Amino acid sequence: MGPFLETLFGGLMVGMLYSLIALGFVLIYKASGVFNFAQGAMVLFAALAMARFAEWIPKYTGLNNKFLDNAIAFVFAALVMVVLAWLIQKLVLGRLVNQDGITLLMATLGITYFLEGSGQALFGNDIYKIDIGMPKDPIFILEKTFQGGLLVNKEDLYAAVIAAVLVALLALFFQKTATGRALRAVADDHQAAQSIGIPLDRIWVIVWSVAGVVALVAGVIWGSKLGVQFSLSLVALKALPVVILGGLTSIPGAIIGGLLIGVGEKLSEIYLGPLLGGGIEIWFAYVLALAFLLVRPQGLFGEKIIDRV
Amino acid sequence: MTGAAAVGLPPSAGAIAAARIDLASTSEPARTARRIGDVVLDVRNISLAFGGVKALTDISFDVREHEIRAIIGPNGAGKSSMLNCINGVYQPQQGSISLRGKTFRHMNSREVAKMGVARTFQNLALFKGMSVLDNIMTGRNLKMRTNLLQQAIRWGAAEREESAQRRIVEGIIDFLEIQAYRKTPVGKMPYGLQKRVDLGRALAMEPQLLLLDEPMAGMNVEEKQDMSRFILDVNDEFGTTIVLIEHDMSVVMDISDRVVVLDYGKKIGDGTPDEVRANPDVISAYLGTSH
Repeated sequence: MGPFLETLFGGLMVGMLYSLIALGFVLIYKASGVFNFAQGAMVLFAALAMARFAEWIPKYTGLNNKFLDNAIAFVFAALVMVVLAWLIQKLVLGRLVNQDGITLLMATLGITYFLEGSGQALFGNDIYKIDIGMPKDPIFILEKTFQGGLLVNKEDLYAAVIAAVLVALLALFFQKTATGRALRAVADDHQAAQSIGIPLDRIWVIVWSVAGVVALVAGVIWGSKLGVQFSLSLVALKALPVVILGGLTSIPGAIIGGLLIGVGEKLSEIYLGPLLGGGIEIWFAYVLALAFLLVRPQGLFGEKIIDRV
Repeated sequence: MTGAAAVGLPPSAGAIAAARIDLASTSEPARTARRIGDVVLDVRNISLAFGGVKALTDISFDVREHEIRAIIGPNGAGKSSMLNCINGVYQPQQGSISLRGKTFRHMNSREVAKMGVARTFQNLALFKGMSVLDNIMTGRNLKMRTNLLQQAIRWGAAEREESAQRRIVEGIIDFLEIQAYRKTPVGKMPYGLQKRVDLGRALAMEPQLLLLDEPMAGMNVEEKQDMSRFILDVNDEFGTTIVLIEHDMSVVMDISDRVVVLDYGKKIGDGTPDEVRANPDVISAYLGTSH
């Protein structure tokens, strides 16, 4: 029982991070119908900005307070993501209104390469550290129930809490504010939203900004775990099976899909790994997504597309 | 509180609440008291084509203040296209549309909405995942003054605004008799009631001009009667000018003041219901001619 629970916890923590990245995809897809291939590049870009700001602020201002440095760096990085959202809307998507989904996808593919290149040009292409003071030491819990207790990584635990708080804040924003309501309205029906005077372009800037901030949080958490480097943009590939599983239009779907995949890949590694020769963790998510595409292409919570014939 | 006085006639919260009380007694006599005013919407020589398909050819008509103006015609006559031109969804290739003396040709729906024009949709375009209350609240979007940041930190002004807008929306919900569904996601409601929510969202904008695209499509007789009553009430109580598209001839003839008839994108008749009924072109368009 002990090892099983340990694996389960580990999976949930990783899954929470997958959820965060998947959330970025879902937010933008829901509001604008754009499948944003650049979500991974946004994570990298945001993490690079955060890492370098946190380095530059003490260097140039002499402010040597770790918490303040990180807080200011975070605010700056968030601002960078908002400006980026505005630029993407003004320069790219604003000019592609009413184009096919595939055109928009290709545009975001272009944005991906631009962000990867310009991010490294602006902020450098080394491996950087984000040190927000996450504890690295593991802890043991439930020592009374199990012999030796359960080993839990404290860092993962903190990360999961941060992710959960962010999701809760987003839910509040969407459900309880007038702007959140307008965002949901646009997600449901562009035409109707415009006819009641909701400004689509402003809404899209807001959505891309929110997705940018979500990418920043994901980037900070992954970055503090693994360091900020180019490969960070590849974690987005892990989020693709998550959105297929959870449904591209569902926020709860992104969260539950992320958790399922996190837990699934860890458990399969432990329990199926010995039978199949290991390394399952790497491909498990994709096979699961493939199976879902065959059985339930709209995902667990996605809207079923019914075409009138 | 909002610009009700400035824009003239749109319903205020008080008016809607008053209408609620009057609802039972609404009947024919009230309609005679209504004063038809000057031309508010003037459509001049509109032509619209999609590639080689001519949807509208040289259409002109006007709409007077406080009147109920119907656009009728067989399937594919161009009724919805006409409405979409007025609403800014389509840009006609030729002609002009003036609203209260302001002429426009290239305008999007949002700008038209800002000029006090609200609309409903033929194939419901409600926000399906949202509750009735939230759907109608979105109609208040243009009246909201607080910004995103104020809303996010629940600033006092944002909170007060939200509750003030909420009161107005509750008035509309009462008016449309959908109190019981307030918190229901609209996707789960019966079709006839969804149409009411669509109307409610448009009313929440306090429009001067209300465009209704087949408000009674797919309804049964009882639902049609209810909807007719609401349309007449809106017109009576708030003086809202209404342009409506309808398929059902009997309904149109009962509630509208003047009727435009379109067929294959051309105007074939214009006048009071009685005039239109007697027009031989209209009869042949609807019933076919013997050759």
